[in-house]
Amino acid sequence: MVAFLSPLIEPGFFSNLPVQTALVVGGVVAVVSGIVGTFTVMRGQSFAGHSLADIGTAGGSAAFLLGISPLFGFVAMNLMAAGVMEWIGIRRPRGRDLATGIVLGAALGLAALFLYLDSTASSTTGATINVLFGSIFTLPSSMVPVIAIFSVVAAGIVLAMYRPLILSSISSDLATAQGVRVRLVGIGYLAALAVAVSLSAVTIGAILSTALLIGPAATALRLTNRPGRAAAFAAIIGVLATWLGVLLAYDSYYWFPSTGGWPVSFFVVTLIFVIYLASQIRFRARSGVQSRSTATEAA
Amino acid sequence: MQGRAVNGSDEILAVDGVSVTLSGREILRDVTFHINAGEFTGLIGSNGAGKTTLMRVILGLLTPSAGTVRVESGSRGRSLIGYVPQRITLDPDMPLRARDLVGLGIDGQRFGLPLPSSMRRKQVDEMLDAVDATRFADSRVGNLSGGEQQRILIAHALISHPRLLLLDEPLANLDIGSEQEVVDLLARIARQQRIAVLISTHDMNPLLPVMDRIVYIANGRIATGTTAEVVTSESLTKLYGVHVDVIHVHDRILVVAGRREEALQHGGNESIVELV
Ligand SMILES: Nc1ncnc2c1ncn2[C@@H]1O[C@H](COP(=O)(O)OP(=O)(O)OP(=O)(O)O)[C@@H](O)[C@H]1O
Ligand SMILES: [Mg+2]
Repeated sequence: MVAFLSPLIEPGFFSNLPVQTALVVGGVVAVVSGIVGTFTVMRGQSFAGHSLADIGTAGGSAAFLLGISPLFGFVAMNLMAAGVMEWIGIRRPRGRDLATGIVLGAALGLAALFLYLDSTASSTTGATINVLFGSIFTLPSSMVPVIAIFSVVAAGIVLAMYRPLILSSISSDLATAQGVRVRLVGIGYLAALAVAVSLSAVTIGAILSTALLIGPAATALRLTNRPGRAAAFAAIIGVLATWLGVLLAYDSYYWFPSTGGWPVSFFVVTLIFVIYLASQIRFRARSGVQSRSTATEAA
Repeated sequence: MQGRAVNGSDEILAVDGVSVTLSGREILRDVTFHINAGEFTGLIGSNGAGKTTLMRVILGLLTPSAGTVRVESGSRGRSLIGYVPQRITLDPDMPLRARDLVGLGIDGQRFGLPLPSSMRRKQVDEMLDAVDATRFADSRVGNLSGGEQQRILIAHALISHPRLLLLDEPLANLDIGSEQEVVDLLARIARQQRIAVLISTHDMNPLLPVMDRIVYIANGRIATGTTAEVVTSESLTKLYGVHVDVIHVHDRILVVAGRREEALQHGGNESIVELV
C-alpha cells in the first residue's frame, strides 16, 4: 500500500505540521462551504456569495495593517456588508443583485486602499498574496480552534434552519403562509454565508473562495434529488478536492525545487472544476439517453 | 388582525369591509363576505381584478387600509390556512423530490433537522395517493409538468389539515381533463374534511357543478351569493357599471359586456368584454 502510494505522496507529507494544519483546516472549511453553498445555489444567491468574498478583502487587508489575523477582518467586514445588503433590500429578488452590487462597489474601493497600504507597509507582496490567494500553509495552528468555532456557527445556523430555508427558497409567500419568518431566515442565512465565505477566503483565498462555495454544491445538485444528500455530497466533494489539492501542492515542491511549491488554491479550484465537468458529462449523457428513448417512443 | 375566533360555530373566514390601496391606487373597496366550513367558494374575476391581492390580505401578507379579516383559530398555532400560490416556479436545479415538498407541508416551518419517521412517511404517502401523485412522487419537483406540480402544491397545502384552503388560479396550467379532476378532488376534500375552500379563477365554468358560493370581483368591488344570485345580468350590470349580459349555452355561462365602447367609456376595462 505504502509502496503503491509513494510515487504520489512525497516524503514527510503526514509528519509536516503545516500540512497537518492545512488538512484539518481545509477539510473543516470544505465541509462548511459545501453545506452553506448548497443553499446558496438553491436560493440563487451565488452573486452575493462571490461578492462577499471580494468585499471581505477590505477587512482581510485591514486586519493585516492592524497586525491581527485576516480571518477576523474578513468576518467583521462580511457581517457588516451582509447587514447593509439586507438593509438595502436583498429580500426582494429584484433588489438582490442591486443591493449586492452597491455594497460590492463601495467595499472594493476600500480593499484597493488597504491592499496598497499593506504592500507599502510591509514592502513585500506577502499580504496581498495571502488575502487574495489564501494562506492555508502559513496558518498558525493557534487559529485552528477559532476556525472550528466559526465553522460550527456557520454550519449550525444553516442546519438549524434547514426546512424553513428550503421552503423560503421555493417561495417566500408559501413559506410565510406556513408560519416561517422569512426575513429572519434570510438574515440568519446571510450571516452564515458571510462567515462561510470568510473561512474559505483565508484558506484558499478571497478570489477563489467562490469556487469552493459554489463548485461542489453545483455538482452535488446534479447527483441527487434530495437536499440533505446534496449538502452531504457537496461537503464530500469539497473535502476531496481540498485534500488532494494540499497533497499536490506539497508534491509540487519536488517538481520545481528552484521555484518552490505551486499555490494550493490552484490545485483545489482546478480539481473542483474537473469534478464539475465530469458531472456535466454524466448529466448530459443521461438526458441524451432520455431524449433518445422518447424519440424512439414517438417513432 | 388574525387569530381571533370567529363568531358562530361553522364560520371559518370573515372578511369585513376590507379596502386595499397599493401605491396610492385603490385595488379593493369595502369587500365583505363570510365562508363556512365545508363550503366551496369561487373567487371570480378577470386579470388584474384583485384576486391575488385579496388572498394575500386573508393570509396576512398584506395589510388592508380598512376593514378586518378573521380566520377561525385552532389549537396550538397550527397553520390553519393552506395556500397554493399563483404561478409558482419550481427550479429544476432544486434537489427536491415531490414527496419532500409534500412533507414540508407538515413541518416545513420547524427548526432543526427532520428525523425520519414511519408515521410521517405514511402520512405523505396517503396524501400523494389522495391527489393521484404517487406515480411521480420520487421525481424532482422542478422537472414535473405544470399540472403535476399543481397537484403536489395542493398536497403540500392539504397535509397540515388546514381549516381554510386558498388556491390562486390552480386550474391555469391544466388541460380540461385534469381541470375537472382537480376540481372534483378539491370538492370532495372540502366536503369530507369540512375544509372551507376559496379558489380563484378567471373562468367560473369548471367550478359551476361544485361551487356553493361565488365571490365575483370587478372594479375593486365584489358581489357575493350563490351562482344563481350573482351571475345574473342585473347584479353584474350593477357591479361592472355597464350593461352586462349573462348567456347560458348548454351548461356553460358566458358573461358579455353590452358594448365595448360603452364599457371603455365607463372606466371599465376591455377585459370585461371577454368571457368570464
Ligand atoms: N404592489 C403593487 N403596487 C401597485 N399595484 C399593484 C401591486 N400589486 C398589485 N397591484 C395591482 O392590483 C391589481 C390587482 O392585482 P392582482 O394581482 O390582485 O390581480 P388578479 O386578480 O390576481 O389578476 P390575475 O388574474 O392576472 O392573477 C392589478 O391592477 C395590479 O396591477
Ligand atoms: Mg392573480
